[in-house]
Amino acid sequence: MSTASEMLVADHAIEYTYTRSTGPVIGAFLTGLRDKQIKGIRAVDGRVLVPPVEYDPVTSDDLTELVDVADCGVVTTWSWNDRPLAGQPFDRPFAWALVQLDGADTGLLAAVDVSEPAAMRTGMRVRARWADERVGSIRDLAGFEPEVDA
Amino acid sequence: MSAEAAAPEPVTIVDTPIRLDYSYTPGVAASRFLRSLEQGKIVGQRCPKCQKVYVPPRGACSMCGVATDEELTLSGKGTVTTFCVTNIPSPGLQPPYVTAWIRLDGADITSMFLIQECDPSEVRLGMRVEPVWVDDGERKPDLGNIRYFRPSGEPDAAYDDYKSYI
Repeated sequence: MSTASEMLVADHAIEYTYTRSTGPVIGAFLTGLRDKQIKGIRAVDGRVLVPPVEYDPVTSDDLTELVDVADCGVVTTWSWNDRPLAGQPFDRPFAWALVQLDGADTGLLAAVDVSEPAAMRTGMRVRARWADERVGSIRDLAGFEPEVDA
Repeated sequence: MSAEAAAPEPVTIVDTPIRLDYSYTPGVAASRFLRSLEQGKIVGQRCPKCQKVYVPPRGACSMCGVATDEELTLSGKGTVTTFCVTNIPSPGLQPPYVTAWIRLDGADITSMFLIQECDPSEVRLGMRVEPVWVDDGERKPDLGNIRYFRPSGEPDAAYDDYKSYI
């Protein structure tokens, strides 16, 4: 009869890398990140959406007017990630936050690098931390950190 | 022209990796199957009720819903029941290459393997094949121990022997 000691166990990774065309809007957004410039897009109702989308969320019209926004803004809501998983922005506990950048009317989901939840609060100001080597990827935006008062 | 003057091309293409990491436990029956492969053998299990032989064994008969305790060792030879010639590249495989569903002798279920050491145009239903193993000593408990199947040189199987597996 079989015994538990005969049982095998192995690491098994399923991995598939998609190569995707960005289209003009996401392409412009990623190109902007490479240059440390975050871009949004103006919706039909005048709001600036960040990240930019190709179609208006209300009217479905094509959107084309890219708008530069600041790389700093306000945390509008957040959640603490106590146990980061492989592949997440930081390998230590951090906050997920919606950051409404100056000049934007919507929140960008991003990681905020603080050591404890007590360092987070809704309404706090944060500033982007850029990757040293930028390639035109969302990872060029390494995360956000609390803005230091001037 | 200076390097600064040459603006990098706009981003038009991105790679988006998707990865899932599993810790895979095949269970008792499949573990025994994988261990047998390490020894250059293929084992299956027979259902005590319907008498069908499962390869790889799963420890139970999915049709009868009963445990399959009887283990048997197959010769490894088999019959091609269905095949596909692929003409586009795949990682580690040069086209054209042939994959086939093979009914191993003594098994009541087919398994998919590569067919090599013959021209793709020679592969046919009923063709008799045998496994080519990784060298003894380099084997692991892994289905990769069977590198591929090749023609065994035996006469083709009779249609009635494999018609219900096509």
